[in-house]
This record gives sequence, structure tokens and C-alpha cells, in this order.
Amino acid sequence: MSFSWAKPYEPKHPVMKWLDERLPLPRVVYGAIGGGYPVPRNLNYWWNFGVLAGIFLTIQIITGIVLAMHYTASTDGAFNSVNQLIMRDVNAGWLLRYAHMNGASFFFIVTYIHIFRGLYYGSYKAPRELVWMLGLVIYFLMMATAFMGYVLPWGQMSYWGAQVITGFFSAFPVVGEPIRIWLLGGYAPDQAALTRFFSLHYLLPFVIAGVVILHIWALHIPGSSNPTGVDVKDERDTLPFHPFYTAKDGWFAGAFLLVYCIVTFYAPNYLGHPDNYIPANPLATPAEIVPEWYFWPFYAILRSFTFDFILPAKLWGVLAMFSSILLLFFLPWLDKSPVRSGSYRPVFKRFFWLLVVDVLILGWAGGGAPTPFRNALGQICAAYYFLHFLVILPLVSRFETPLPLPSSISESVLHGEAAEAAPAGANTSGGSIATATAH
Amino acid sequence: MATKAQPAEGPETTDTNGDGVRRRDFLNVAAVSFAGVGAVAAIAPLFVQMAPSADVLAQATTEVDISKVQPGQGIKAQWRKQPVFIRNLTPREISEADAVPLSSLRDPQTLAERTKPGHKNWLITLGVCTHLGCVPLGIGEGENRGKYGGYFCPCHGSQYDTAARIRQGPAPKNLFVPDYKFSSPTTVLIGAKG
Repeated sequence: MSFSWAKPYEPKHPVMKWLDERLPLPRVVYGAIGGGYPVPRNLNYWWNFGVLAGIFLTIQIITGIVLAMHYTASTDGAFNSVNQLIMRDVNAGWLLRYAHMNGASFFFIVTYIHIFRGLYYGSYKAPRELVWMLGLVIYFLMMATAFMGYVLPWGQMSYWGAQVITGFFSAFPVVGEPIRIWLLGGYAPDQAALTRFFSLHYLLPFVIAGVVILHIWALHIPGSSNPTGVDVKDERDTLPFHPFYTAKDGWFAGAFLLVYCIVTFYAPNYLGHPDNYIPANPLATPAEIVPEWYFWPFYAILRSFTFDFILPAKLWGVLAMFSSILLLFFLPWLDKSPVRSGSYRPVFKRFFWLLVVDVLILGWAGGGAPTPFRNALGQICAAYYFLHFLVILPLVSRFETPLPLPSSISESVLHGEAAEAAPAGANTSGGSIATATAH
Repeated sequence: MATKAQPAEGPETTDTNGDGVRRRDFLNVAAVSFAGVGAVAAIAPLFVQMAPSADVLAQATTEVDISKVQPGQGIKAQWRKQPVFIRNLTPREISEADAVPLSSLRDPQTLAERTKPGHKNWLITLGVCTHLGCVPLGIGEGENRGKYGGYFCPCHGSQYDTAARIRQGPAPKNLFVPDYKFSSPTTVLIGAKG
């Protein structure tokens, strides 16, 4: 699809020819994830996480459809349908629910790694801006889906999570409170909210799947990026997706799913909060209320505004939280450096790792009870988060001197052996590739 | 493995023992089988979850008090969410059922075979027509009992006699007699063997 040397789909069986002339679906699949999609040959393991995200989306949809066969979306029945019926009575119900619960966490783990890979290797830069932005749309939809899914068991954390998150909207002046009441279908989370959350929780994963198709489509126009950030120049720079990357993705998926299984089977509640095993009580908030771990950094940003400044603190917190995600949409234009890969950007690289640490500390600050120290640290890190994207990144991209880039992907793959083996000044890449592929 | 035999292609792609099995073939079969077992193990829960859950299986027996049912009357009970007809037959209904020659029946069974010894007047059957599952009429006071004085299914006109055997209409079988036992002279435990 993307390169002129991509192998065209040539059906051999008469039935496949017949099908290809009428509905070329196998042709699309072949060009997308088959032998017809040339991929840079130097992808490292950080490039496995996109496929893994797709695998976890599939796991979530399959286990979710099955759980919906047993779940009851009623304020009287929801808690028991999850904790009695599904966990105890339904055959393998405990496994399906724990797989779904931890599948959500692992979906976020692989997505966060996928996002930070994109940040480090400059995957958001031209010509892949839309790939990046569609990915952010997926991430946003994931957060909405995960939040609504967490409400469904109707435990204490479910209930108060629904209360707090819909409360974000009440921060907006004049229209806020009516919007919140409209979203909930009442003055507090109740039957109307639970039923609509269930409906949307079932719908959104399919919307995500649709945006994933757009995400991959947009990616396959320029083709995958790679750890050097250098553009693909000719056929020697690429390998067909199948069998090379299906094999690598396959084995890595197997290895990663082992980790997922270990958590699901041996520590299924480690990533959850015990209070969600208490039925929802609209009259008492749990003493220690925190969202699921994947929201902690944002929760820290939300909490970091403790004083009114022109606008009320509550509104600042909500605006800051939403803009911390929204500003990522502008990243392709905030980082103007023509060098994509962080490996060739010594200054950027340091700030990148500082950002990783910053976000981890934000997560720690958002995941615990609000003590003065935690709040102060959260405030500093929240400020630094915005400073990184709005000030540091534009300045670094302007003043940094990047390291020399390899002249091609195949040259970088050879780790300089070609230069050592060949006479000075000779064009060695052809001959050295032949040596490399002969192994 | 001998590596000298085919140095050009290497040991993993050639049949060096001459037994027709290449090392690579063996590895392929072993790997795919292993993955297949894993796939079956992963998919099995998706199938077994559809089978009746523990709370449904827990409804396997129902105890019914039949002390108030007079001869000629019947009651409907519920067992596994299905109607059960419990009928106290009159001597006339019993003799009517016994008078029918077995050879004339679609699903030949005597009334004695369909009741418990010593309780021939207690006809206990599922109230589910064996045609397509409707609830036949005839257990309630004043309902249409059909031509044979037993049950009449309003959906497609199946007629059952006083032993709840199919006599006319599309149903293939007699009304099903569930497992049950008399837990006391005036109570029956439906669903229990005995």
C-alpha cells in the first residue's frame, strides 16, 4: 500500500479470485497486516504495544459481551449480579470478570507504553499527525468507557466515582449544574444513570474499534515509523509485516499475556480498590476515595488547584485536567524539531525522561489521601507537566543540536559494520546488506 | 543430529535420519499443538458460562403440599421455572385411562407406568406440551380438557387423555413425567429420584 515495492495480493485459489473481484476483503487484510505491508526492519520491542492494545481491546469486547449476558443494570440487582451471580454462580464467571477487570488495567498499561513510545520517538510528527490525534481520540474514549464500566458493579467506589466525575461538569458556571443533572437523569447517580452508563459502556468499545481502524488506516499511508526516525528509502529498509512482524508480535503477545494471566489469577484485586466490594451507599462517601490507578495523574492535576484565582479553584482544576489531555492534540506543532527520534536528540531525551518521572510522581500524588506534602508535590508536578509541553518542548526543538542521523535504516541496522568492512568512500550498503541477509 | 549430511541447508530443514520426519516439521507440529491446547483452554470459559449457573441448578427440586387437592381437582406447581400439573384422578378417570388399548396409542404407556405404586390417582406431569412447549389447558377448574378428558393444548390442538397421553394432534409424546417421590403421604418432592 504505502511503498511501490509492497507485494501485491495475488489470489491463487479460484474461490479467492472470485471473491477478490467482488469483495476484496482478503486484499485489504493482506495489505494491512499481511505480506503486503512493508515495515521498517529495525523496529524494537516498544513497537509491539500497538498490536497488544488491539489484543486487549479484543479481550475486553469478548469478555464484556459475555459478562453482559449475566449482568443486571438495576440499582437493586447490579451489585449482586456481579458479586453473587457472576463471581459465584455462573460457570467460569469469576474468571471472566477478573479477566475483564484486569484486562482494563492492562489495556491502559499497554496504551500508556504505546503513547510514551510515540512521545520519545516523535511518532506524532509529520506525516503522522492524524495517526497521533486519532490515537488520542481512542485514549479519550477508553477513559470514558473505563469510567462507566467501573460504575456498573454499583459498589461504593462505583457510586462515588460516578458522583465525582459527573461533578466535573458542575464546575462550569451557569450551564454546569443543569448539564450534570441532565447527564445523570437525576440529582444524584441512580437507576437512570446506571442504565445509561451500561448502554454507553456497551456501545463505546465498538466506537473505539472503529477509530482504531481509522488509526491504522492513517498509519498505513506513510507506513510505520521506526527507532531512528529516518524515512524508509528503499526495499532494503523494510520487511513484510507477515511473517516477520506477525511472528515477533505473536511471541511478545504470548509473553505479555503471561504477565496478564499472573495478575488475573494470583492477584486479581491488586489493581482494584477493596471498597468497591461494599454496596453503593448514597449517604456515606468512603473515607479514602481515589479513582482507578490509570486516572491518578489526572486526579492529581484536578486536586492541585486549592485556591481561587480569578476563576474558582474547582473550575481551574477541571479545566487543567481536561487541557492536560487536550494539549497533546497540539503536540505536532509544539515540537517543531525535524528530527523525530529522541535517540538523536540529547537535550530532548533528558526532558523526556524527566516527564516520565513527573507523570509517575503525579500518579503517586493522585493515588493517595490528600496530605499537605502530597498536594504540594502534585502541584509542582502538575505545573511542570504544562511547562514541559508548552515551554520546554518548543524551546528545545528550537535550540537543540541533534546528533547526526544515519543515512538510512539499513545502514543503522548494520551498526557501522558496513563502514568498517568497506573501502573508504565506497557505496557499501548494497554489498553489506547481502552479507547481513545471508545469515 | 548429524550436521555433516547436508551442510548446504543445515540440520533443521532436512531429513537426516531418513525416516521422513524433518526436525522442523516436528517443531511446527509441537508448537501448533501446544498453542491449540492453550486456545481451547482460553475459549472454554466462553462456552461453559452459557450453561445453567449454580443458582439455576439449585432450583432442581420443589416440594409441593397436595393434601388439599380433592379427587377430580388439579393444581399447577412450578419446578425449574416450568409448570407441573398435579392431578388427583377420580376412579372414573382412572378406569377410562386403563380401558384404552396400548396399541392405539402414539406413545404407548399405561397409567400405572406413569404414576407411583399405591398412588395411581396422583398424575404428576410437566404442563409443557410436547409439540412446541405451550401450557395445555385442563388443570384449572372449568378449562377445556379436550375430547379425551385430560388436557387440550390451545396452540396447535393437541389432545391428551386422563393419563396425559397424547391421543390426537401434532404432539409426538405424552406429557413428560418428571422424577418425583412422596416425601410424606401428603407432600411430593418434584425433581427427586425415588
